[in-house]
Amino acid sequence: MSARVTLAITARVLTQLRRDHRTLAMLLLLPCLLQTLLWWIFDATPLVFDRIGPALLAIFPFFVMFLVTSITTLRERSSGTLERLFTMPMGKLDLLVGYALAFGLVAAAQAALVTGVAVGLLDLDVRGPVGLLGVVGVADAVLGTALGLFVSAFARTEFQAVQFLPAVVVPQILLCGLLVPRERLPRVLEVISDVLPLSYAVDAMEHLATTTGTADVWRDVAVVAGFTLAALALGAATLRRRTD
Amino acid sequence: MVNSVIEIVGLRVVRGGRVVIAGLDLTVGPGVTGLLGPSGCGKSTLLRSIVGVQRVAAGDVTALGRPAGSAALRDRVGYQTQSSSVYDDLTVEENLRFFARVLGRPAAAVETAVEAVDLVSHRDQVVGRLSGGQRSRVGLAVALLGEPELLVLDEPTVGLDPVLRRDLWALFHRIAEGGTAVLVSSHVMDEAERCDQLLLMREGRILAHDTPAGIKERTGARDVEAAFLSLVQGEDAA
Repeated sequence: MSARVTLAITARVLTQLRRDHRTLAMLLLLPCLLQTLLWWIFDATPLVFDRIGPALLAIFPFFVMFLVTSITTLRERSSGTLERLFTMPMGKLDLLVGYALAFGLVAAAQAALVTGVAVGLLDLDVRGPVGLLGVVGVADAVLGTALGLFVSAFARTEFQAVQFLPAVVVPQILLCGLLVPRERLPRVLEVISDVLPLSYAVDAMEHLATTTGTADVWRDVAVVAGFTLAALALGAATLRRRTD
Repeated sequence: MVNSVIEIVGLRVVRGGRVVIAGLDLTVGPGVTGLLGPSGCGKSTLLRSIVGVQRVAAGDVTALGRPAGSAALRDRVGYQTQSSSVYDDLTVEENLRFFARVLGRPAAAVETAVEAVDLVSHRDQVVGRLSGGQRSRVGLAVALLGEPELLVLDEPTVGLDPVLRRDLWALFHRIAEGGTAVLVSSHVMDEAERCDQLLLMREGRILAHDTPAGIKERTGARDVEAAFLSLVQGEDAA
């Protein structure tokens, strides 16, 4: 692995994003608009917004980065640029870490904006340190990036890549405690939710919203980071220099 | 051959259960070598094996004295895939800068490469808005960036206008005179005359390996296309 190549990839991905104004605007503004929509929906019952608002702070970055990364990586595979890079002095980790860094930076901007809107404008009730909301948001986004990199190996077309959203992401959203608190799920589903990474991301946000202690939050962030590393390792295994 | 650049012994490639190359031996020397044959005959598979991105069932492929695709070769071999393999949403210059950084080449290398493929006036344009021929030249410029000792180009002149094709072949010869071995594939037989050495390929096998003049003399044909037909007929009769 080389810092020169990794940073070259990060800079390139960011330049591509900067050129694509529409995608950039959607990445940064859509989560804020959706959070506002949610606040409006629960206008009559602000307590409900306080309960599910934090969960959505975890879900947006994960969802968006998963989608963006799986499509971008698939494009890299199908356009021939990945094959070209593999004939150059680039390691697999250069590519994976380069992507994770670029999207992690975008995620940090996204998390800062949506947290600012939720806490500053929409009066989302948060007991823990607000800055930590941003940290959890970035961790979720990098998790989404890592999973997106991994599943892109199993899609041959962009159409297939989009289908991984209902296959991989939606079940995690249904089981993460957003609809029904996890401990009240049927036992089998609760066990399944225990091994899904998004559950820990949402738990972290809920801890932050309801308590001032941060030990539980850091434990959840560590679990999310563990899942991220595992997904990156799996992603590295699917990147092959030699292909059919 | 005195100094071989590429050596292949017993190469066998199977793709999707189909044998594409059944057992191929080949030695390629310096200069401009043309790999000619119809679409689907295995040219790209052979080139991919030489740059080390093709999964190979059996055989040894050596480039510049080292196993194909080994880490030590990655800044000594330039490769252009059949598609232009550059980023459509970046400008010509941004593409070249990126690949130069990956290769660890100075910014001056970008300058030289842009001039070599005659794209100086388009350097600030986004690649996606360029014509097919211009895009393929961006891809070629990337392959030139590392000043490679071996340049492997997969159909770089397809669909280009005749003037540009002539210019590119002149460029390949200039590069070869600088000491770089150039291996170029094409399915257009009339490009054969422009090569120092020719490899005629069909159905995963090399039918002939000689100079264009040598191949014509051996078959008594007037042009390389006729020579190709005569070689195929001779083989089918045998």
